[in-house]
Amino acid sequence: MDYNLMREFADSWGLVAMALFFVGAVAFALRPGSRKLADEAARIPLEDE
Amino acid sequence: MKFGTQIFALGLFTFAALVAAGFGVDEPFRQHMWVLFFVLLGFVAILIRTANFEMAAPIDPSAYMDGPIRYGAIATMFWGVVGMLVGVVIALQLAYPDLNIQPWFNFGRLRPLHTSGVVFAFGGNALLCTSLYVVQRTCRARLFGGDLAWFVFWGYQLFIVMAATGYLLGITESREYAEPEWYVDIWLTIVWVAYLILFLGTIFKRKEPHIYVANWFYLSFIVTIAMLHVVNNLSMPASFMGSKSYSAFSGVQDALTQWWYGHNAVGFFLTAGFLGMMYYFVPKQANRPVYSYRLSIIHFWAIIFLYIWAGPHHLHYTALPDWAQTLGMVFSIMLWMPSWGGMINGLMTLSGAWDKLRTDPIIRMMVMAIAFYGMSTFEGPMMSIKAVNSLSHYTDWTIGHVHSGALGWVGMISFGAIYYMVPKLWNRQRLYSLRLVTWHFWLATLGIVVYAAVMWVSGVMQGLMWREYDEQGFLVYSFAETVAAMHPYYVMRAIGGAMYLSGALIMAWNITMTILGYQREEEPMPGSVPALQPAE
Repeated sequence: MDYNLMREFADSWGLVAMALFFVGAVAFALRPGSRKLADEAARIPLEDE
Repeated sequence: MKFGTQIFALGLFTFAALVAAGFGVDEPFRQHMWVLFFVLLGFVAILIRTANFEMAAPIDPSAYMDGPIRYGAIATMFWGVVGMLVGVVIALQLAYPDLNIQPWFNFGRLRPLHTSGVVFAFGGNALLCTSLYVVQRTCRARLFGGDLAWFVFWGYQLFIVMAATGYLLGITESREYAEPEWYVDIWLTIVWVAYLILFLGTIFKRKEPHIYVANWFYLSFIVTIAMLHVVNNLSMPASFMGSKSYSAFSGVQDALTQWWYGHNAVGFFLTAGFLGMMYYFVPKQANRPVYSYRLSIIHFWAIIFLYIWAGPHHLHYTALPDWAQTLGMVFSIMLWMPSWGGMINGLMTLSGAWDKLRTDPIIRMMVMAIAFYGMSTFEGPMMSIKAVNSLSHYTDWTIGHVHSGALGWVGMISFGAIYYMVPKLWNRQRLYSLRLVTWHFWLATLGIVVYAAVMWVSGVMQGLMWREYDEQGFLVYSFAETVAAMHPYYVMRAIGGAMYLSGALIMAWNITMTILGYQREEEPMPGSVPALQPAE
């Protein structure tokens, strides 16, 4: 494993994997039905004390 | 017996320091080990005096563990004042070089004392105590690991003392924001891993099924700082009894490693951690949920994926390959989106409650913090553009930019969080004085404005003087001429910093009186009490 191999992996599959993970995270946050759950989660700090 | 093991372990550690003080191969190392020896000896003495032989009282497992957080709030205030005071001193040293006192208090040694003092001692303690406060209250669980939190707190203070005294003795790795030498680095690694275990353990035993977004930000800060700290400090000590080590990297790789660390210290220490603070304390103080929880999740992932690549913008026009410089620039510009998304999310949390800006000086402080977050994260990507950077780099403009982020965003959000936490932690009805918070707010805000504006003017002037050629292609100004031209700005900068420091001193007084249980009798804030209507 040398620098060039790592470099090629990083700017091909590594990049694709990270980009897909990010798109997936955004899609998951905006998935249908998430609004209600998000609104509940947003109230977590306020329900204490 | 309480503290039995602790006293024994600390005693061994103290003895090891004494041995190292005797066998150290260089003078600064021996002096540093004497410092360590006396600090630890004092600690052992305190522990022995407070040890008692009664059975420890049973701990209520459902109650939150707030002891280390109270200490952390006091430590934040203390180190904040120290770090800012050193900042004003070095600002004056730049304006009046005669103030350099050789060898311990010259600019070269005090400058890392200032940066580490405000970033790691003030900011670090603020993050430490607020993260432990927030994780318990949003997970509804007591801190994990019993006395582990005390180890993390005192271990971190020891790191600060060792780093600070090391700088004054002239011990440095010369890595920006990571100047402590190898043995202090190893100690911080141990403390940091304990902090990670403490934080993760508390999340694992949570009673609230969802992990609130503030904890995500805090956790990303803890994990990333662990990674950055370890990689950046990979080095080989010249002797295991000496204060000198050599980096595992050389040349441009070393430079890039340093700025990969340095910029992500900004991204994950000074941004992600304090965003965790924002996502808990702003909703609490405003008593409203965050504007958009889903936006906060996207904010989180975007920051995570983008920030880590921005470091090369510190190395524009250097030996770093062009593609890497451009990569750093492009990712820095993309950071505009999550930064402003987060800023809007924080500000809009107040929608429908904007009147609180008039009546609640703590909310005002938090809003000013978020506004400075927006301004400095606009300015930063702009300065990362290579054409802009060719003017701004190495000038005071950079210093001004850092301070608008550090004083404006990091300082103000921490002040707001401490003002919120202290009455709660000590069961006080309210702060000693809200009027003093208003004084603090205006002194701090005006101080930042003076500081940043002066540094813009000074920095742009400096950059333009450096690049000024005459018709024959010679440089018009010598370096010393640019320094002389900046003198008035240096004086004004020290005044801005002194204003900010005096605000922090007012806060220290206010917090002390609150902890002692006093309440200042004063007129309520205008508008906070509805005016009585005459009966009709």
